[in-house]
Formats: sequence, C-alpha cells, structure tokens
Amino acid sequence: MTNLAFLIPIALFMGAAGLAAFFWAMRSGQYEDMDGAAARILIDEEDTEQ
Amino acid sequence: MNTLAAPVATDEGAISTTRFTVPGMRCAGCIAKLERELPKIAGVNGARVNFSAKRVAIEHDEGMREDDLAEAILKLGFEAQQVEDNPLGQEVAERKTLMRALGVAGFGMMNVMLLSVSIWSGAEGATRDLFHWLSALIAMPVIAYAGRPFLASAWMALKHGRTNMDVPISIGVVLATALSLYETITGGPHAYFESAVMLLFFLLAGRALDAEMRTRTRAEIGALLGRMGKTASVIGPDGSTRRLPARELEPGMLVLVAAGEALAADGEVEQGASSIDNSMLTGESAPERIGVGSAIHAGAINITAPIRLRLTRTAEDTAIAEIARLMDEAGQSRSQYVRIADRASRLYAPVVHTLAALAFVGWMIAGAGWHQSLVIAIAVLIITCPCAMGLAVPTAQVVASGALLKRGLLVKDGSALERLAEVDVALFDKTGTLTLGEPRADIAELDSKARSVALALAQASRHPLSKGLALTLREASVAPAPVSDISEHSGQGISGQWNGMRVALERPGNAEEGLAAALVIGEHHHVLHFTDPMRSDCAATLATLAKHGVDASILSGDRHAPVEHAAKQLSIPFAAEASPQDKLAALASLKDQGRKPLMVGDGLNDGPALAAAHASIAPSTASDASQQAADAVFIGEKLFPVALAVRVARRTMAVVRQNFGFAIGYNVLAIPLAVFGYVTPLIAAIAMSLSSLVVVANSLRLASSAKGNAP
Repeated sequence: MTNLAFLIPIALFMGAAGLAAFFWAMRSGQYEDMDGAAARILIDEEDTEQ
Repeated sequence: MNTLAAPVATDEGAISTTRFTVPGMRCAGCIAKLERELPKIAGVNGARVNFSAKRVAIEHDEGMREDDLAEAILKLGFEAQQVEDNPLGQEVAERKTLMRALGVAGFGMMNVMLLSVSIWSGAEGATRDLFHWLSALIAMPVIAYAGRPFLASAWMALKHGRTNMDVPISIGVVLATALSLYETITGGPHAYFESAVMLLFFLLAGRALDAEMRTRTRAEIGALLGRMGKTASVIGPDGSTRRLPARELEPGMLVLVAAGEALAADGEVEQGASSIDNSMLTGESAPERIGVGSAIHAGAINITAPIRLRLTRTAEDTAIAEIARLMDEAGQSRSQYVRIADRASRLYAPVVHTLAALAFVGWMIAGAGWHQSLVIAIAVLIITCPCAMGLAVPTAQVVASGALLKRGLLVKDGSALERLAEVDVALFDKTGTLTLGEPRADIAELDSKARSVALALAQASRHPLSKGLALTLREASVAPAPVSDISEHSGQGISGQWNGMRVALERPGNAEEGLAAALVIGEHHHVLHFTDPMRSDCAATLATLAKHGVDASILSGDRHAPVEHAAKQLSIPFAAEASPQDKLAALASLKDQGRKPLMVGDGLNDGPALAAAHASIAPSTASDASQQAADAVFIGEKLFPVALAVRVARRTMAVVRQNFGFAIGYNVLAIPLAVFGYVTPLIAAIAMSLSSLVVVANSLRLASSAKGNAP
C-alpha cells in the first residue's frame, strides 16, 4: 500500500507529462507537415551556410 | 523551426506573407531548392515549405507583387498558384480540437486501464475503493473534455428531434459514467470508467481520421479564382489609366488590355487587333483572332497585342458569372446524395436503443433488480457501439485517398469515393483533359545552342507560346544561355543579346503559320511549330476504364474537326461544339436512362457539367472554378489517375462493405450474449475494441490498392 502512494502519483505524472508534450507539439505545429519532416532529413544543411 | 510569423513592421518597411500552392514538389530536393533559392531574391525574406499541403509560404516586403513571386517560383521549375489567406481555418480548428480530444482520451484510457487491471487482478476492499476513486478522478474530466464532440452533436440532433450515431454513444458513455460513479460512492465491486473512456478513444480516432482526410486533400485545391482577371486598366476621359478591381468595373468603361493579360469583364473591341486564348471559356485550343467589334468574355487571355475594350457586362452579369450560376444550380442536385455512413446510422441508432431499452425492461420484468438490468443495458449499448461502424467508412477512405494522393489524385471528400465507385459511363472534355491543354513546341530541329538561347528568351516572357516553349525545353533538360538585354515588345516578341548577336523570339514572317514562332539567332531563322499534344496514356486509361465496364466518350465545346480527330485516334464516340447547357442536357439524359456519369473536364465551360455529373474529376491545370466543382483533381501529364480513381474507389467500397458486413456479423453474435447478461461492460469494451481493430486492419489493405498497372 505504501508503494502505491508513490507509484500511482508517478504514473499519473508521467502520463500527464506525455499529454503536455503532445499538446506542446500540436501547438508548435509539428503535426502540420508530417511528410515534409520525413523528407527534410535528406536535405544537406551545409549548403545553406554558403 | 523557423515558422513564419504574421506580418510585422520592420525598419525596411512592412513584411507580408503570401502563400502559394506548388503541386509539383516531390522530394526533399524540391523543399531545399525552394527554401534556399527564394530568399536570394531581393525583397524576399524567407520561404517555408509545407510538404504535406504542397505549399510554400513566402515572407516578403510588402511592395512585391504576387505575380513576380509566382514567376520566381516558375523559374525554379515549379508551377505555383497563389492561395487565399488560410481558407481552411475552420477545418484546421476542427481537426485540432479532435486531435486534442484524442490525446486526452488516450491519456485517460491508459491511466484508468492501469487502475482497472489492478482491480481485476484482485485488489479488494479499501484498495479497490481507492482505485475506483482515482479512476473517477481521472475519467470524469477526461470524459467531459474528450466527449464534447459527441455530446454536442447528440444534443443538437435530439434538440431537433432527430437521432444520429452520436446519440447511442453519448447515452452509453453518460450512463456508464453515472453508474460507475454510483458504484464508486457506494463502494460497489464494479466500475466501468475504462469502458467509457476507451469507447471515446476509438470513436475519436475514427473522427480524427475522417477530418484528416478532408483537410489534407482540400488544402491542395485552395488556389481559387487565381488566374482570372482580377483587375483592369481603365482609361479615363483624359487618356490616363488606372487599375480598378474587377468588382468596381462598370459597363461602358474603356479598358486597356495588355498582351498576356486576362480579361476581368465582358466587352467589345473598340481599337486594335489581336488574338485571344479563349480555352478557359470555350475549350477551343487555338488562339482566336479578334478585331474591332469582336465580343470578348471575361476569363479570356489577350495574347498578341494590346487592345482597347469597351465593357458591356461586368461582375455578376459576365458570361463567367452565368456559368458559375449554372454550376451552383447543378451542384444542388448532387448535394442530396446521402453518404453510406449516414444511411447506416439512420437504421442503426434506433435499433440499438430499442434493444438496450428492451433488455432493461426485460430483465426488470424477470426480477433482476434495476441495478443489474441497467448493467446489462449498458453492456448492450457498449458492445453494439457503432465503433466498427464508425470506423468502417473513414478508415477505408483515408487509406485509399492516401494511396491515390501518392499517385497524383486528390480526392476532395469521402462521398466522392462513394460516388466514383458507382460510375458506369465517362464523358471527357477534349482540350486540356485528353490533351495537355497547353501548346508544346516541336524542338527536334534545334541544336543545343539554339535550345538554350530559346529557353533564355522563352522563360522571360509570359506569352502562352513562350510558356509552352520553356516547358518543352525544361523537360528536355536544357539550361538557359546567358542572354542579356532582354526586352519584350507586345505583339512583336522578345529579343536580347547573346555573344554579340541579336537573338529573338518573334512572330513568324508569313502570317498564317498556325501556332508558330520564329527563333532568330543572328542571321538564322528557325520556325517553331506548336501543337497541343494528347496525354500520353489516353488509350491505356480508356482501356482500363472499359475493363471496369465504364464506357467513354468525348463531350467537348471545341470545334467539330479537332474533336473528331481525337475521337478517331481513341476510337470512341464524340459530341462537339457543346455549350455548357448542352453538356448539362447530355448528362441529364444519361441520368434519365439510369446511368451514373463521370465527367472529366477542365474548362470553365465544363464547370456546370462537373457539378451536375454523378462524379467528376478535373486536371490540376483546370480553371479554379472547375477544380472546385470537381470531386477529385489529378496532377501531372498522365490521364491514368482517372482510371485509377475508379478502380480504387470500387475497391474501397468493397472494403467498406466488408467492414460493414463484419460489424453487423459481430453485432449479431454479440448482442444476444449481452442481452442475456453474459457480458459485463468490461468484456463488452474489449470486444468492441477488437472489432474496431479488425476493421482498421482490413482497411489498411487498401494501402497498396493504387499500385501497379500504370502505363
């Protein structure tokens, strides 16, 4: 029972943190362009520094 | 992430953001090219590509014109059209609400399930009560938040005396929650919070998929009313000109129409002679010669020389507006189509309610006590939850439209696939549909130097022939030569200096060359001939359609001879010189015979027919109004997406029918078990989830449906 007093709040906290992260990602537009994110990794960034 | 901000004022002047749709982008290289090259242009501060929506947002000084930006994108090798500022705001908001609700429901589902599993594993007494209370604490706000889309919709339906799929869901969730709360307060052994939350999660997943499909595809058709003349240069009594927006034009005004300009109103030529490109309105491919007294309609593009025009009809009275009105009326008849999901829910909801109510009453009469009776009734509501039903259509359609999108066909919404699957006869417009609709030059005789000079000249002009020439040359991977001092003379051509020689693209010497231009390099003259070539895979597309039992024919507004020529090449029947009204009549007579016609066309004159046909497809080069009227839009030079659309739509409907069949079979098995009290709400929730997963898995089979068989 004493274990539960720790574990349940921790589980809930972690769940809530995940939810908060999801909301943050939604707000910052990370779900706006899913295909683009997959393609962008192929762009050679060094060229932009020229 | 360098997301683009709203317009901000800086020292150098105001910055504004313009959005373009660029359907041609295909890969990471295109993203890099656009984002790297555009900011190098003076006045452009930044560019950000949204690859999913095939759009680019350009941040630029306020002084820059949209046309210049579009031109700059074209120079990078992409066709672009301006998009009105976020026309999708409302749908994006709806999708975001659903996504948030889904996230919250997922969070609640996982945590409540954690506690529920502990209880089923044997937690008792105080621990069980504590877990029930914790579950309630998590579930109540989660249900209140994530349940809103359903509760609101169910409330609206009930208020108007109707019922929809959301009503049994809402009743099930509310009852399950209330009963669980009662159990928790009285320290009872069972609470069903996890069932209620899980139900919401799966339903929201279906809704979110449905919304996703609509926004994803509609985003690409956002470029509305872009290329039609929006302004005109009005000549004042003192001879000065000023630009007026189309809506402020009035009959009787004298306007100056420059070469390459699109007309904003109907009028009569008062001075000058030129040719116009009337293909948007009539489907006629060759330029039309006009002189003093000729009547010209809005939407036509003046090609060769500047003319003065006395306006006759403006704004709402133009021929275009008349067509738009026809289109609107034709569209009304199609909007009465009832989607499969709605038809199913109409039957489904009352049946489920009645069953649950009967189960409750039956058990009460049998003397089971109100508590047990209610538990059984809830189990009936949950196990028959229309989850599988709710997912049956959207999952199949999302997967199918995603597969089609990869092959260059954008389906505008789910009902379009349902209607596409039913078509049994196809009518094609000719110009721009069976043919590419834009002149392509014959460049076989040019050597590589002449080609690069021609490209340098052609890409500097907006003349339709120059555009066609530039496109042909770019396709042949020609690089432009360094031509300097380029200048364009309206109606004459374009000239410049290259290696100390005069180079030019001009009107050919002898007037009647048809569609032709002369390339001058120093002393050499090459005459370039232009044709409007047939799409390369017309025959293969028609053959595939025929295999699906869809007869094809041509229904064109073009002149008799070219239509007959095209029809003979494809050996299909044809009707030429059809006005928008004629096309509507042809469709109406087909419908009277009980056929379901598919209209494929691009011209504005096809608009009413596109709206009236059972289903319709337009190429992405079509006039904006036509794209809006069509159910689907295909990108690129191949016609095959049309046949693919029919094939995939049929497979989709087959999968949808399987899904419904499964959902009904599942219910037939599950309902008796629930009614006779063998199922607790927990088992009901698990069975329901499993049935949803089966439906989703079945729909995923469509992912490969658009593959193969492309010519």
